[in-house]
Amino acid sequence: MSTTHPHRHTHATPAPATPTPTGSAPPGDPLVWTENLSVRLGGRVVLSGVTMAVHPGEVVTLIGPNGAGKTTLARAVLGLIRPSDGRVQRRPGLRVGYMPQRLTVDATLPLTVRRFLALWRPVTPERITEALEEAGVTRLADAAVQTLSGGEMQRVLLARALLGDPQLLVLDEPDQAVDVHGQAELFARIEQVRRRHRCGVLLVSHDLHTVMARTDRVICLNGHVCCHGRPEDVSRHPEYHALFGRHAAELAVYLHHHDHAHDPDRGVVSGHDGDCCHG
Amino acid sequence: MDEFLIRALAAGCGIALLAGPLGSFIVWRRMAYFGDTLSHSALLGVTLGFLLGVNPMIGVMVVCVALALALVALQRRRTLAADTLLGILSHGSLSLGLVALAFLETLRVDLMAYLFGDILSVTINDLVWIYSGGAVALTGLALLWRRLLAVTVDEDLARVEGMPVDALRLAFMLLIAMVIAIAMKIVGILLITSLLIIPAASARRFTRTPEQMAALASVFGVAAVVAGLLASLAWDLPGGPSVVVAAASLFLAGSLLPMRG
Repeated sequence: MSTTHPHRHTHATPAPATPTPTGSAPPGDPLVWTENLSVRLGGRVVLSGVTMAVHPGEVVTLIGPNGAGKTTLARAVLGLIRPSDGRVQRRPGLRVGYMPQRLTVDATLPLTVRRFLALWRPVTPERITEALEEAGVTRLADAAVQTLSGGEMQRVLLARALLGDPQLLVLDEPDQAVDVHGQAELFARIEQVRRRHRCGVLLVSHDLHTVMARTDRVICLNGHVCCHGRPEDVSRHPEYHALFGRHAAELAVYLHHHDHAHDPDRGVVSGHDGDCCHG
Repeated sequence: MDEFLIRALAAGCGIALLAGPLGSFIVWRRMAYFGDTLSHSALLGVTLGFLLGVNPMIGVMVVCVALALALVALQRRRTLAADTLLGILSHGSLSLGLVALAFLETLRVDLMAYLFGDILSVTINDLVWIYSGGAVALTGLALLWRRLLAVTVDEDLARVEGMPVDALRLAFMLLIAMVIAIAMKIVGILLITSLLIIPAASARRFTRTPEQMAALASVFGVAAVVAGLLASLAWDLPGGPSVVVAAASLFLAGSLLPMRG
């Protein structure tokens, strides 16, 4: 193991005034950040006091149990949900590529993959071919979108996101519709894309296990930020354990084989003063 | 050929051309019942037009748009399912139109013509309305085509890409309202939706792109108009219903053919 022991500190106030949560984010201006974000949906508080940021070139993973507000946070970052309190800020002119969890096109709409990709902005056929190549689905160009498997659709959605030359990629549970083998391939693709385009990635996942090795920072969510930091540190964090139970312990063992070097000064941070996880 | 028949054919074909692409969108967006609801409210618009002394078509458009907005507002509350709301508005507005018409005792309106259309009584003035209004509606649809398709495929994606989703939806409703106003006198408010959705549904099996489907829907629509009108003339049948029967027959015949792509 090459990493130092995690240093840990807790905030006196749950919402720091700076846009970036301290202790774990790389330096530089973030692409997008939230300040003390709260979201109420149908009278229910889904998110409260979330402060987070995504910087250029880093992969930030949102993790948490079902109903923890991961997708809600992603949608707020995308501007699809209005905050009931707090703010979502973006770099002016930020180009965002969104890859939704799933997308079903009505069977009555005749639509090939190529045509689907051309709907979102004026693009040349060459650009579409390029994006299809990068997502590894050139062979699907003329297939009807309704005939795609879950994994194929994910790749096409990735290609679609790339067409906008994104500075920030938002991926909502890309591993959901895909089997284990497909997941590994998909994440390898995403990693390639991130390197080539140097874009920031906000990744929603219900399973830290699968995204661990490809994540720079993890935000553990359960209606609010439970803890955040490097993946290997979060996986040892007591609040993470409380949230994920035995599965988390297994993950910690698994991690010994998959650890990789990071800045030694990044640690793991609690989001609140111990008011976090339900029992 | 008689002049009234030529006028009827010209009117019917104009509406069929317009109904192809717009009807395709109604099918893609699963808005058939919505279209039906809007057209049922048209009678109220006619009455309003007479009351205010403006062209009934203007009255129809105003009422259609008002109804569409009311529907959007009611749907936001999410207390009732969309089809229930549509059922209430559809029959409520149709009945309100019938009641309001009954109050205008001085007005002699051929109710049957409004309900089922009177394609054989088309005037030159009607033709001008159909073709000028149709040209405006088609131009609008062509300008919004790509973005409307995007919104139809996925509203969230369209929103993230910065498209004005709500404005596009409203614009689409406005286009439907225009078609209803234009087509009402020809096929009647009870049958307008069928001319929108049947040719589009027939075209689906034979096409691989949205544009192909829209174009083929127009072709099928024109065929149904011609066949229906000739049949109506040959056997002295009601015009509007004959056209719809022809369209439905085309659909049936098409679904028996082997599928391409």
